[in-house]
Amino acid sequence: MEPLVHINNLSVSYFTYAGEVQSVRGISFNIEKGKTTALVGESGCGKSVTSKSLLGLIEKPGVIKQGSEILYEGKNILEFTEKEWLHFRGKECSMIFQDALVSLNPTMMIGKQIMENLQNHNKDNLPTGEIRRKAKEMLDLVGIPDAEACLNKYPHELSGGMRQRVMIATALITNPKLLIADEPTTALDVTIQAQILELMKELQKKLGMAIIMITHDLGVVADMADEIVVMYAGKIVEKGSNEEIFYNPRHPYTWALMNSVPRLDLDSKQELVTIEGTIPDMIQPPKGCAFCSRCPYAMNICAQHMPQNTDLGDGHQVACWLTDPRADVSHVPFLTGGAVNV
Amino acid sequence: MDNQIVFDQASFAPLEKKEKDLGTVYHYSLWKSIGKEIRSNPMAVFACAFLAVIIVACLLAPFSPYDPNKLDLASKFAPPSLQHPFGCDEFGRDYFTRALYGGRVSLTVGFAAMLVTVFIGTTIGIFSGYIGGKLDMLLMRFTDIFLALPSMLLMVVLNTFLKPSMTTLIAVLSLFSWASVARITRAETMSLKERDYVHASKNLGANSFVIAVKHILPNILGPVIVAASLGVASAILSESSLSFLGLGISIPNASWGSMLQGAQAHILDKPILAVYPGLLILLTVLSFNILGDVLRSALEPKIVK
Amino acid sequence: MSNRPVDLEVKNLCKYYNAGRKRVLKAVDDVSFVIYKGETLGIVGESGCGKTTCGKTCIGMLEKTGGTVTYQGKDVHSLSKQERFDFSGKVQMIFQDPYASLDPHQKVYDIVAEGIRIHKLAKDKAQEERMVLELLDMVGLNAEHAMRNVHEFSGGQRQRIGIARALAVEPEFLFCDEPISALDVSIQAQIINLLMKLQKQRELTMLFIAHDLSMVKHISDRIAVMYLGNLVELANSADLYKNPLHPYTGALLSAVPIADPKASRQRQKVMLTGDVPSPVNPPAGCRFSGRCSRCMDVCSQKKPELKEVEPGHFVACHLY
Repeated sequence: MEPLVHINNLSVSYFTYAGEVQSVRGISFNIEKGKTTALVGESGCGKSVTSKSLLGLIEKPGVIKQGSEILYEGKNILEFTEKEWLHFRGKECSMIFQDALVSLNPTMMIGKQIMENLQNHNKDNLPTGEIRRKAKEMLDLVGIPDAEACLNKYPHELSGGMRQRVMIATALITNPKLLIADEPTTALDVTIQAQILELMKELQKKLGMAIIMITHDLGVVADMADEIVVMYAGKIVEKGSNEEIFYNPRHPYTWALMNSVPRLDLDSKQELVTIEGTIPDMIQPPKGCAFCSRCPYAMNICAQHMPQNTDLGDGHQVACWLTDPRADVSHVPFLTGGAVNV
Repeated sequence: MDNQIVFDQASFAPLEKKEKDLGTVYHYSLWKSIGKEIRSNPMAVFACAFLAVIIVACLLAPFSPYDPNKLDLASKFAPPSLQHPFGCDEFGRDYFTRALYGGRVSLTVGFAAMLVTVFIGTTIGIFSGYIGGKLDMLLMRFTDIFLALPSMLLMVVLNTFLKPSMTTLIAVLSLFSWASVARITRAETMSLKERDYVHASKNLGANSFVIAVKHILPNILGPVIVAASLGVASAILSESSLSFLGLGISIPNASWGSMLQGAQAHILDKPILAVYPGLLILLTVLSFNILGDVLRSALEPKIVK
Repeated sequence: MSNRPVDLEVKNLCKYYNAGRKRVLKAVDDVSFVIYKGETLGIVGESGCGKTTCGKTCIGMLEKTGGTVTYQGKDVHSLSKQERFDFSGKVQMIFQDPYASLDPHQKVYDIVAEGIRIHKLAKDKAQEERMVLELLDMVGLNAEHAMRNVHEFSGGQRQRIGIARALAVEPEFLFCDEPISALDVSIQAQIINLLMKLQKQRELTMLFIAHDLSMVKHISDRIAVMYLGNLVELANSADLYKNPLHPYTGALLSAVPIADPKASRQRQKVMLTGDVPSPVNPPAGCRFSGRCSRCMDVCSQKKPELKEVEPGHFVACHLY
């Protein structure tokens, strides 16, 4: 099947006073129709920048570099004119944010905000009454009790979970094919987070949009994602299906990430796996593998040369020198026994 | 795999780990950031250069061959020339020298009034903001009274009663301008005292004085510097106004305001006499205001990682 | 565990705020628990449940409205000036936000040395220097870091500095207020490991507050669950997970996402409906009654008391 979005060699840099910050350094991946792709990584790894490029929201001092390509249904959206962007944003691709309170206009009624998005893309010249009816339907769909009354409320009158629902309704009213969710539940409490995640899964089944989920919470990823893309320092270190990544991680970073959070359902009190040090300076990214300085299994080659993507089958790709047949992996726990979760 | 890479025996040997990586370091300092902000703004460069020239020139005023107060009726109203760059006034005094001496007075009054203002304002502001409660209410109502008074009018009244001198001028000017500084520092202190690092210090058993001096004062320096630079400008302006009304520096001593006053009588036939001091006041005040603005943007809280 | 001596005892603690218009916000309402010497007690709950307020009141940072908190036999809220000063040498706190909790105008050395200077723990400059360097080394920083300004450090390193500052006065009790919620996942593990290591080395008693249940379970010996200012359940951490008695605890545990796709899909989820009610106007009777799936008539009338249902397992629910 043809992917919905094909991102090819995307590079984004920010030119700050300190120098060129290479936020994203030549990443390629696909987003399948109707599937959920999770972008995982620490803050500063470039995952939010990637999603911004998809919506053409990279602004000065950020620059998308030459040679980057984002093919949306075969068209390169990076060559869009401002008019095409206006059509694309909101209609084809919507975004929901971490903090609903700052993303909704506090002086505008909920109904108006939801309707606004549809009115901007009103191709069929629907009358206002019809749009309002659709807005109400949408609020019903996202599980807001008494949708009619909610249309006339202001954002501050709603609770955090309800606001997040309103934002989802606003994003989905135009029936977009792609929904970008940037940390959609980070600001919410766990019980509300569970509700919102459940809602997103349900809506995806009903409406069939593809979701890009940006998060650092691996629990959320395990629950939601079909495909996982693990980013580190502006590069993709590993990508593959949910099960592959969780049960068969091949990159030391992925592995450490998986094991750095304690599992609620397991009863072990042993020390957590930590990743020593901090992320590298993106103004002068390391010559070799970016993870090299923090990797417990680093080899001399890692510091000198960037590892290439290795295909492990079933779309599982990893960029690590440890997959090279010449590397000695006898001391690397996740590559020998396969016992990943202890 | 990439063919250009030359693999040898050591390539796949474990990497010798160097010292633990410290992470990214961004050096940031208050003064550097102010310097950067000034350099990036041509207006600010001009303002700083102008202020530097004025200050140095005023400091060097005693090297002028003329006595600023000596009458020389022969060169009455002499036009600008090489001997007298600004010409001479109605008593034949070298106008350039007088302008420099006037600048000494104006700048001294400006800086001194600013220092006193900032000292009183910051002390009362921190006190009021940190201790809070009844004392804060009392002090702030007191401050409000000073903010609400028509200061110019009262300065005129006070100056008529007091013996006119530079000290009284400074005292009167500071008396009416500390209130706004106190307001700013109080607001800053109120927000700072709820910061976690202040709580941490309290938890460690630090007393209020230590917290105020060690944790609050250094962190309100930014707004205070801005207030100070704007304070100099307004003090120079007030001093000029008072001198212009004849209530500041007493004749025959010069200040920019009193020079303007003197020029007033000849404004129709010799307008140039009003232009020099007027221009000096304008440019100096403008420069201090620009500097204040630049400092404000340089000291704005920035996200420093 | 219970044969250990009691370190901190909280009895019927209340902390009310004035919410204006004659309304009262009951941030902490009638909470009682004890912390034994050398143990880690975790408090979990959703935002607004009063867990941070409770912790801050326990160590005397906030005034109480009612009840008592006794630390080593002394009432925390009625200490004399000298006692208060001694108390500050025994009870320390780690803050949530590593950026706001360090004075941006100080050097790392001065931050860590502050407590040593206040409590005059060092005889001379040389000893002070040695102590600071030891502390930095203990939290995984080195001497070279000491003379740097704090803004040069990342969140995780800042949190380490905060820990070093708290440990400088050699406290016996450490209150950690969400020390990891502002950090990246890979850094969280570093800080948790560090805290656990330090606890073991120095035999610290810890009160650990977080909303991340899995981390709390990992670090704590016992866990208290709070809901809307009330303590609803208190148990051994393994017990609490295996056998949650209060319906809220059950829902909370099942809402935590598990980083394992298969386990996560197989799991039975108890979905809570609705949102947390406002603490200004909480439901009568059991605070959880409005959202509880097993709510009975009595729940909306009478407030359940915290009682010991199994040895060491306390719950406040009419079901038991």
